[in-house]
Amino acid sequence: MGMEGIGARVARKEDKRFITGKGRYTDDMSVPGMKHAAFVRSPHAHAVIKGIDSSEAEKMPGVIGVLAGAEMTTDGIGSLICGWMIHSKDGSPMNMGDWRPLADKKVRYVGDAVAIVVADTKAQARDAAEAVKVDYDVLPAVTSAVDALKPGAPQIHDNAPGNQIYDWEIGDLDAVDKAIASAAHVTTLDLVNNRLVPNAMEPRAALGVYDEAEDHYTCWTTSQNPHVARLVMSAFYNVAPENKLRVIAPDVGGGFGSKIYIYPEEITCLWASKKTGVPVKWVADRTESFLTDAHGRDHVTTIQMAFDADNKITALKADTIANLGAYMSLFSSVVPTYLHAILYSGQYVIPAIHCNMRTAYTNTVPVDAYRGAGRPETTYALERVVETAARELGVSPAELRRKNFIREWPYQTPVILQYDSGDYEASLDAAMKAIDYDGFPARKAEAEARGKKRGIGMSCYIEACGIAPSQAIGSLGAGVGLWESAEIRVNAVGTVEILTGSHSHGQGHETTFAQLVSDRFGVPIDSVSVVHGDTDKVQMGMGTYGSRSGPVGMSAVVKALDKVEKKAKMIAAHLLEADESDIVIENGQVKVAGTDKALGWHEVALNAYTAHNLPAEMEPGLKETAFFDPANFSFPAGCHICEVEIDPDTGKTEIVKFVASDDFGNIINPMIVEGQVHGGLAQGIGQALLEGTSYDAETGQLLTATYMDYTMPRADDLPSYTVSNTVTPSPLNPLGIKGCGEAGAIGSPPALMNAITDAIGNNNLSMPATPQKVWAAINAA
Amino acid sequence: MSKVEMTVNGRAVSGEVEDRTLLVQFLRENLNLTGTHVGCDTSQCGACVVHVDGKAVKSCTMLAAQASGSTVTTIEGLASGGELHPVQAAFKEHHGLQCGFCTPGMIMAATDMIERHGGKLDEKTVRAELEGNICRCTGYHNIVKAILAAAEEMSGAAKVAAE
Ligand code: FES
Ligand code: FES
Repeated sequence: MGMEGIGARVARKEDKRFITGKGRYTDDMSVPGMKHAAFVRSPHAHAVIKGIDSSEAEKMPGVIGVLAGAEMTTDGIGSLICGWMIHSKDGSPMNMGDWRPLADKKVRYVGDAVAIVVADTKAQARDAAEAVKVDYDVLPAVTSAVDALKPGAPQIHDNAPGNQIYDWEIGDLDAVDKAIASAAHVTTLDLVNNRLVPNAMEPRAALGVYDEAEDHYTCWTTSQNPHVARLVMSAFYNVAPENKLRVIAPDVGGGFGSKIYIYPEEITCLWASKKTGVPVKWVADRTESFLTDAHGRDHVTTIQMAFDADNKITALKADTIANLGAYMSLFSSVVPTYLHAILYSGQYVIPAIHCNMRTAYTNTVPVDAYRGAGRPETTYALERVVETAARELGVSPAELRRKNFIREWPYQTPVILQYDSGDYEASLDAAMKAIDYDGFPARKAEAEARGKKRGIGMSCYIEACGIAPSQAIGSLGAGVGLWESAEIRVNAVGTVEILTGSHSHGQGHETTFAQLVSDRFGVPIDSVSVVHGDTDKVQMGMGTYGSRSGPVGMSAVVKALDKVEKKAKMIAAHLLEADESDIVIENGQVKVAGTDKALGWHEVALNAYTAHNLPAEMEPGLKETAFFDPANFSFPAGCHICEVEIDPDTGKTEIVKFVASDDFGNIINPMIVEGQVHGGLAQGIGQALLEGTSYDAETGQLLTATYMDYTMPRADDLPSYTVSNTVTPSPLNPLGIKGCGEAGAIGSPPALMNAITDAIGNNNLSMPATPQKVWAAINAA
Repeated sequence: MSKVEMTVNGRAVSGEVEDRTLLVQFLRENLNLTGTHVGCDTSQCGACVVHVDGKAVKSCTMLAAQASGSTVTTIEGLASGGELHPVQAAFKEHHGLQCGFCTPGMIMAATDMIERHGGKLDEKTVRAELEGNICRCTGYHNIVKAILAAAEEMSGAAKVAAE
């Protein structure tokens, strides 16, 4: 490892602009003639649009235009799509309801966009949006998925009878039922995985610019995957052909999944720019973000785990209803199925598994991937049922897990996945040691003496990153391939540019990707630039989500570096009159091994471009491209343990200590990996303790639409964390890395809930475990 | 419309703004100081914190007209002579930022906090006083670490200066 190479704890190159206020986010962009947009949104959860009158609004100061859905339909702008086809168990395709960017016939959730107003200033646009009169025929609404599937529920989409999107299953139901019937013990739990609002701190925004002379569009937008946005806007929404549409995702202030999707607003801003002849910028305010950013989770599950007389798990059965909201968002269908159900083996040998998944439309914001996407829901159900089983069986939760751990890899689960590598016992041991698990009874007794309730809880999670390979996911219904691309350009002076299809919105790619080059060629990371987030600069890419930038994005970089290295060595061998196999690259020198014959890295680069003396037939230049399509997912895993102390008088939970021991395979920059874990833990702890999304069941109004109502985790709600790593490299990618972005949010909620329920002696507790709920549970116990 | 005049980052500025214009809008839109961010509409997130007459203020919660006549420092004005402020340097060194969106507000709130406490800060106090600043990326762990490190460095520097 060099000073700035793989494994080095290097401070981030990109920080300078952020700490000096020079970051460039979409709302910071300004182009000549730019005007501002506001959306007219439905105040009703479910209603028929009878008419729209914008005559008054059009006369208001500064207003340039008011555009509604009918006109957009006439112009041929397409409906929003879900990009992953799921079939129900009866073989029928999922029921995808029509989602117009601007609703023209019916609105289906509070916040559904109906019209766009363009004006000189943001305030004028908002004033005029208020003055647009929409005549609604209000219909009854339903917000819970369980209710939506009941007979007689309001019908949301005509082509989805009974509001069902699909009724899907995986696994061997017969085998599972037999195992349950003959089990020595069965633990059953009913669980709710609470709906969450992602809340990236930068609200979504879009700036659409139409250039009439070139018939060309540019869109600056808060996207995690600008190339996918361009592809979808071209191929499905008919905004413009790909060569006439440039999408730029500049600095993006957090995503967590919510900025993967292509929303109505960016499409509408581009279209409105052409219609009005001016560049159109829209920036969400926070309430608009609550009302329109895709939400996460929202599962209702019954889970059963069966054991034999030796406490070995014999079967697992999960039956879930998932809420997908008013429309099917881009990846909404795959989150509860192939990102959720196929993880039900967890870290355990479970001979028979079955999961049934019904998804429903409701009059709520669309639900899609949010940090962890399906895997937190699996882990929550699985790790609460294991812990509960240990209590029922009267054995130690750690030992019950240990007894059932998978110990040989690759391991084929009964639900598609084959785990690549791992050592679950190592992370369990490390976490138990870090929290002094054995000392817990003494600490509990000491707390009891002070009138406090102490509890300890753990969670051993498995996670699947870098969803792949493309061919396999294609056969499972994916509309895209999930490879990644990279281009390495070595300049004539030896500096390097990495062009990547990954996108950083906080992950630190400008540093970690540069570390790969530094490691390989000995160039300082300051001489390496990372180019991303612009479809005019990077040819194609799939973006950043699902912890894929490491295992997939960086692997593409490595493949391109291999090609560059090969060519550089050929050039050096030619110049040094040596055999190519004797050339090594060390400390910025390209040399003949074991001799003092050497060229500087920059000399080789210069020679590639002067082309005065290259090997016969070699093309000039030093630039290579690679695509990487992994052979499988990678499988990070780990153990989180949490110790809490609860005040029985107030029900308030204090996290005394939270330890995470994670196996992410090899690590490029430990500082950045730790940061990812910290952030994930905060979101997981937020879900377990604080964050709840609530709709009024009758009117469908979102009751938690501001930071006054939705409890975001703040610094004084959270502890400092104790994090560490165990390492089993992934055999599936050249760097042996597994991905680290989501683990914190996946492993932590059940650990915390197991700790709280342990402390209060009542397992009947749902997230978020607010003081009020905990107090009630204590008093009901 | 109101006429506002103030000193921002050491420079005298003025402008003619709608009465309802917030200080943050004046900074971002009139002065193009886009380092100050807007993360909410209910005075909760702190992405917009600047210093007005030496005190940390949420610039989304003050009208530009109210700030007329004041001296304002934004994140762009914190480093001096090309030298990062110790809080800025500590955020970088301790990885106190990821996406960077909350960062300007965090740094402005932290400098004010350190100054008010004369560098005598502990984790509990830092966490309590960060209550008005939301970060979704870092889980606060490294922000707290960065502020404590900066406080120590600043009080060390102050001691050296006093001796
Ligand atoms: S923007 Fe000022 S507190 Fe959120
Ligand atoms: S660094 Fe992204 S919100 Fe704080």
